Amino acid sequence: MALLNRGFGLSLTHLSNAVIQRQFSITGACRAIQKLTRVRVVDNSALGNTPYHRPPKCIHVYNKTGVGKVGDKILLAIKGEKKKALIVGHKMPGPNMTPRFDSNNVVLIEDSGNPIGTRIKTPIPYTLRRREGEFSKILAIARNFV
Amino acid sequence: RVSSDGKPPKFQPPPKPVIIDRKTQKEEMRFLSPEFIPPRGRTTPLKYYIERKDMIQRRKVFNIPEFYVGDVLAVTTANPYASDKSSRFVGICIQRGGKGLGATFVLRNVIEDQGVEICYELYSPRIQAIEVLKLEKRLDENLMYLRDALPEYSTFDVNMKPVPRMDHEEVPVNKVQVRMKPKPWSKRWERPKYNIKGIKFELPEHKMQAAQKWSQPWLEFDMLREYDTSKIEEKIRKELSEELEK
Repeated sequence: MALLNRGFGLSLTHLSNAVIQRQFSITGACRAIQKLTRVRVVDNSALGNTPYHRPPKCIHVYNKTGVGKVGDKILLAIKGEKKKALIVGHKMPGPNMTPRFDSNNVVLIEDSGNPIGTRIKTPIPYTLRRREGEFSKILAIARNFV
Repeated sequence: RVSSDGKPPKFQPPPKPVIIDRKTQKEEMRFLSPEFIPPRGRTTPLKYYIERKDMIQRRKVFNIPEFYVGDVLAVTTANPYASDKSSRFVGICIQRGGKGLGATFVLRNVIEDQGVEICYELYSPRIQAIEVLKLEKRLDENLMYLRDALPEYSTFDVNMKPVPRMDHEEVPVNKVQVRMKPKPWSKRWERPKYNIKGIKFELPEHKMQAAQKWSQPWLEFDMLREYDTSKIEEKIRKELSEELEK
């Protein structure tokens, strides 16, 4: 409701109570990673580190819900090309005892799951270790764990 | 003294002086962890009494030190996915929330230019050790504004040594005024509802005065919001001291 008010500047509460005839499409508010979120590429690949006039954005989340959390694969639009990536940290607070990062971090990967970069300096949450089989190569290039 | 045999009386050493250290006696009664104080509401006190018993049981087994918002802690947790099965995190405590067994505290640190915050549960059995590396208070109870401050104010060395301190000293208050990154911030910290004393606002005068438009000066006189905890605190302190002596 607050989102609606901010977007349209008038109170729409009476409309929501009555039968809704027109559909308003508004993006949901969540601080995890979904379509069109700008992300920060955290490995040392050339694609992730060369400057470009547009930040890398998520265009698809490979998930039943469209919301990506740590360990989900997403499709990124970087420098005019599409690349898959793995989420390694987001701004949304998760379960207690898990770290919450100040930026949405992402590691570029190929379709096979192999990382493109060779080193990851930023800290990676330990929870990724649970899926050691899928992410073994990414965990191998990670330096710090939180 | 009258001698028994006519010989000089046996040397009686003077009685040893009994030193009553009034400062340490005061210290025992001084700090009560905020999660013991029940929130204001109509819940039966029995629930809080049972929770307190469980909290005291945990404290007998595991030492939870006295700490405040603004001091640097090192927490070791049991982690099945870490090498040696335990992981250590050092950070500044920015918030203490929750009451009873669900009490939490958030630690923040900047590692390799990446700000990381972890919310730990005080009474979780996964926590293996809590060490206070530097005990100090700040001007505010909630340091969430450190997210929008320059990263130098949240960086703490992971291998820092604990700062030595005497037991009876007062907890020092760090009156640092933190410098912020340029706006926009995650919250409008200049507004009076947050009542933050620890930021050096470098905003123009007209913006600071415009922020005062949202002040609610009647709030401090609202009698329905008053919650006097002094009597409750005394009862809980007595309970604690009795239980911990057993």
